[in-house]
Amino acid sequence: MTHVVLQKLNKVYPGTTQAAVQDMHLDIPSGQLVALLGPSGCGKTTTLKMIAGLIHPSSGDITFDGASVLPIPAERRGAVMVFQNYLLFPYMSVGQNVGFGLKMRGVPQKTINQKVIEMLELVKLPNIANRRPKQLSGGQQQRVALARALITAPKVLLLDEPLSNLDAHLRDEMRELILSIQRQLGVTMIFVTHDQEEAVLLANQIALIFEGVLQQYAPPDVFYRQPISERAARFFGGVNFIAGTRRGDRVTTALGDFVFNPAGKDSAPEGAVTLTIRPEQIVLQPADTRNSIAGRIRARIYVGTYTRYKIVLNDGSEIEATRPGDVGSLEEGDAVRLAFPEDRIWVVAQR
Amino acid sequence: MSRVKRILFYAAVVGVVLALVLPIITFFINAFAFRWFYPQFVPNEWSLQAWERIGLIPREGQRTLEGWWRLLSSGSDVINALGTSLALGGLVTVLSVIIGLPAARALGLYRFRFKRLVEFMILAPTIVPVIAFVLGLNINFIRWGFSGTLLGVAVVHLVPVMPYVVLTLSGVFANYNPEFEEQARTLGAGPLRTFWYITLPSIFPGLVVAALFAFLVSWSQYLLTFLIGAGRVITIPMLLFAQASGGNNAVTAAMSLIFIAPAVLTLLLSARYLSGEASAVGGFGRI
Ligand SMILES: Nc1ncnc2c1ncn2[C@@H]1O[C@H](COP(=O)(O)OP(=O)(O)O)[C@@H](O)[C@H]1O
Ligand SMILES: [Mg+2]
Repeated sequence: MTHVVLQKLNKVYPGTTQAAVQDMHLDIPSGQLVALLGPSGCGKTTTLKMIAGLIHPSSGDITFDGASVLPIPAERRGAVMVFQNYLLFPYMSVGQNVGFGLKMRGVPQKTINQKVIEMLELVKLPNIANRRPKQLSGGQQQRVALARALITAPKVLLLDEPLSNLDAHLRDEMRELILSIQRQLGVTMIFVTHDQEEAVLLANQIALIFEGVLQQYAPPDVFYRQPISERAARFFGGVNFIAGTRRGDRVTTALGDFVFNPAGKDSAPEGAVTLTIRPEQIVLQPADTRNSIAGRIRARIYVGTYTRYKIVLNDGSEIEATRPGDVGSLEEGDAVRLAFPEDRIWVVAQR
Repeated sequence: MSRVKRILFYAAVVGVVLALVLPIITFFINAFAFRWFYPQFVPNEWSLQAWERIGLIPREGQRTLEGWWRLLSSGSDVINALGTSLALGGLVTVLSVIIGLPAARALGLYRFRFKRLVEFMILAPTIVPVIAFVLGLNINFIRWGFSGTLLGVAVVHLVPVMPYVVLTLSGVFANYNPEFEEQARTLGAGPLRTFWYITLPSIFPGLVVAALFAFLVSWSQYLLTFLIGAGRVITIPMLLFAQASGGNNAVTAAMSLIFIAPAVLTLLLSARYLSGEASAVGGFGRI
């Protein structure tokens, strides 16, 4: 239960001019599960290692419950990291691996053995203390790594890409395990990932980072409804972007005018903006003509649980809409009307 | 393999083995023969007289506990030289590993400016004849009172030893993941315990190989010991060279066996224990 705050955190690696992490300001309430999300090389690992105490920031501060932890070395900071490739010590048994943290704290061997059993039960791997890490599957290794981190009752648990090395069916299992442990122990967790799906699956809050700069810090659904920029929208699978000019609650585009509901949506200024709407929010063949435009279906892609339509608009641009299942009888080549519900339209400043 | 190729292959193996083993067999026969004259293929009488003469074992009839003790405390030339060689080899091994570990780590793990130059400097002693620098070095050593001391000789032995140690260890570090250390740190291990529990076990096989190299290279030094030792540091090779330039064949053979013993032992041990891990060792991994 630790409240972690990053204050104007900067890291410039020696011999480089571009900051790997720049003015990072992040408030992580105690007991939260926060994702640092961004493309490879955006500074996620650097941030995580700064919190762990493995990399010293160039400037800025990190506080746990209000007190700066920068003077505290990694081994006494209480921020334990679980690396992407698990890093089980190969010449130790599973039990020795899990017990390592307690051994370093001088806990008597008998107590360690008991705690090891408890922890292995917590991660649902009882009776494997005597095995060697090599004998375990990837998923099992990760759970052992988790048990090894949790045994020291860390203030903050830091996870590097916790789901990305796992098969699809193991992902769900691991996700539920992490969430249940988080609920059970209430430990503050910060994890990094380049995979927005992984972030959405696990996190209470996502910090989206591009090139070392924090873009947006919000719950997962906000990134679908109200992304901060076109690039943020694209990172979360947004594909529909239409240039226009905003005046009040109206956006004028080459395709016509769209009215949107600007309540609480102050991300875009008056003037040049980009209008965006998610494919699943577009209404095909609407009952009335409000906020609607005409197009022709160029491609129909049946994906099983939903169908994707690629629609060419009057000005030659293309837009994508999806519908659950394969309802309706829209075929390639059909003329179609599509409406943008005004509370589903989102506008961002043009770059 | 075709039949001709197979025959050639086995012929080559036999040739190499004979070239290496035959001289050693000759040493053995000479060292344990009572007399060995032409046309005998092997001697028909054996004895330990060569070993008695160099003072490594007590004379016939005195091979009791007390006899052995008297011999060991008598300080025969060979026993003293054996002690000096072992102490020198041990000292050089320890020093070279202490210096070589951080150097090899830097070379194996990190990129930095002038890395190629540093690598070249470390390898240079394998190309440059030792005599080229040792004379200049000796003048300074005499000035500092280093000349003629075990430590002085050990320091000079480091010159030919370091390339082997650094080369071996940097190969180990090229295949080494330093994140294991970071993992241990966040789990609560300070720098010292991280080294003891994580670094050391990971690099141990390579470290053993490096240490063996260091010991063997030091053990076989003649010229450096001769020049810097100033006649006060007498090692096995120095006795052997003195003996070889005119003396009894049997005694020379016995001395030679002592001289090659560590190398042969190492060879046997490495074939037995290190074959798997040692294959991971080699070169400056990431040049
Ligand atoms: N030790 C280092 N020295 C110099 N630059 C580094 C070092 N480590 C990382 N970087 C650079 O800092 C940036 C951020 O790296 P990193 O934090 O590893 O990104 P991510 O984990 O998001 O992929 C990258 O451009 C990377 O090249
Ligand atoms: Mg990374």
